[in-house]
Amino acid sequence: MCLGVPAEVIAIPESGEPRARVAISGVERTVATDLIAAEELRAGDWVLVHVGFALSRIDAEEAAITLEQIRRLGGTVLDDELAAFGRSAID
Amino acid sequence: MKYVDEFRDPAAARALLRRIDDLAEQLERPLRVMEICGSHTHTIYRHGLEHLLPEWIEFIHGPGCPVCVIPMGRIDDALWLARQPDVILTTFGDMMRVPGSEESLLQVRATGADVRFVYSPLDALPIARDNPDKQVVFFAVGFETTAPSTAVTLERARGEGLANFCVFSNHVTTEQPLRAIVDGGETQIDAFIGPGHVASVVGVHAFDFLAEEFNRPVVVTGFEPLDVLQAVAMLLEQFTSGEVAAGRATVQNQYARVVRSDGNVVAQRLMDRVFRTRDTFEWRGLGWIEHSGLGISPEYAAWDAEERFAVPGVRVADPPACECGSVLTGRIKPWQCRVFGTACTPATPIGTCMVSPEGACAAYYNFGRLDRETANAVTIRE
Repeated sequence: MCLGVPAEVIAIPESGEPRARVAISGVERTVATDLIAAEELRAGDWVLVHVGFALSRIDAEEAAITLEQIRRLGGTVLDDELAAFGRSAID
Repeated sequence: MKYVDEFRDPAAARALLRRIDDLAEQLERPLRVMEICGSHTHTIYRHGLEHLLPEWIEFIHGPGCPVCVIPMGRIDDALWLARQPDVILTTFGDMMRVPGSEESLLQVRATGADVRFVYSPLDALPIARDNPDKQVVFFAVGFETTAPSTAVTLERARGEGLANFCVFSNHVTTEQPLRAIVDGGETQIDAFIGPGHVASVVGVHAFDFLAEEFNRPVVVTGFEPLDVLQAVAMLLEQFTSGEVAAGRATVQNQYARVVRSDGNVVAQRLMDRVFRTRDTFEWRGLGWIEHSGLGISPEYAAWDAEERFAVPGVRVADPPACECGSVLTGRIKPWQCRVFGTACTPATPIGTCMVSPEGACAAYYNFGRLDRETANAVTIRE
């Protein structure tokens, strides 16, 4: 729950809602971008996602470091996070 | 993974450790460094950092795990809410297994209560839309990293006029418990490793009080092992340079690649609008701390579970065998708890520090014993 997980922005919906379509380790879902509303996101950007919200914009380097660190936390930490993320119903 | 390799570069790690050794030799006394955030605890255990550092530097694991700090009385309140007729209780998966005084949310669900875990507070809104004849309560926990997400969700519920949704807020802030720890005198802490993700919301300056009022250096830090080692070196430099002795401790930002000095202003404004600071709030291990909890502001009172329901709010003492409180305040290490690894394991947790993956006990159970037995064999040189 406390994790910030890096996600790559795949697309920005045209609805005008503060949303972004992102992928974490191949799992695609929609996240809310209300908390970084002032920043203009584009496909290919990276964001740190926490409980369904893009918390901050990060660069690809930080994303790679953070994702690898979460993988290395071991156990089922990343799998659990991905499973929960996969069930998210944000649209 | 070029960049990852750079962050695990053995040569860089060795150079940093040599620097830390050199600095530690100049210390006039041992230092106790508290890492506030549970994710840092993970990094330290996973990579065996404790064993790489000179003996004069000791990590103390702080209260920065949202699941760990919630008192049993608030869990019982959530269980009471879940048992009310026509209520759907929603919460994060981590909260499902946290024991109340008699049972957990998982157990109360097995007996027929409608308890659902969600990935995001926003996921509770469609549940409310789809169940207009039910009351949907979101049991919210977390520090400033999580509170803005609850704030957005509440704002949306109000915008939609979603009358059957409300929030049972257990959000807490980092400043007051840190004040309690530094001021309390029970645990001597010399310096702090600041929580990177909380700081991305509240900003680096939110920790200025530790330096200015208590002369404790703080380094806001990332979550790679080299981040933590670099933070230790930065903290040591403040001691060996004489700055701390001169009363000039400062807050530094090692995690500038993510954390801005002023944090996330959008999130701060939202929190100010949606929440109010409670007069007092109970913490596991720390007792009641003034101005440390976030309730729902009057403007959003119609979406406040504590306004909508007569939540009992009974204080419940922790089980006598559980020493989570002492672990959370740094008075003991996880393995010094009487039930650690025997009656209390991640599969059969007695206390919150073992339930949450970010808890010091779970982190130590999963990685620490291996590290202790094999000492320096498990290191960032893997």
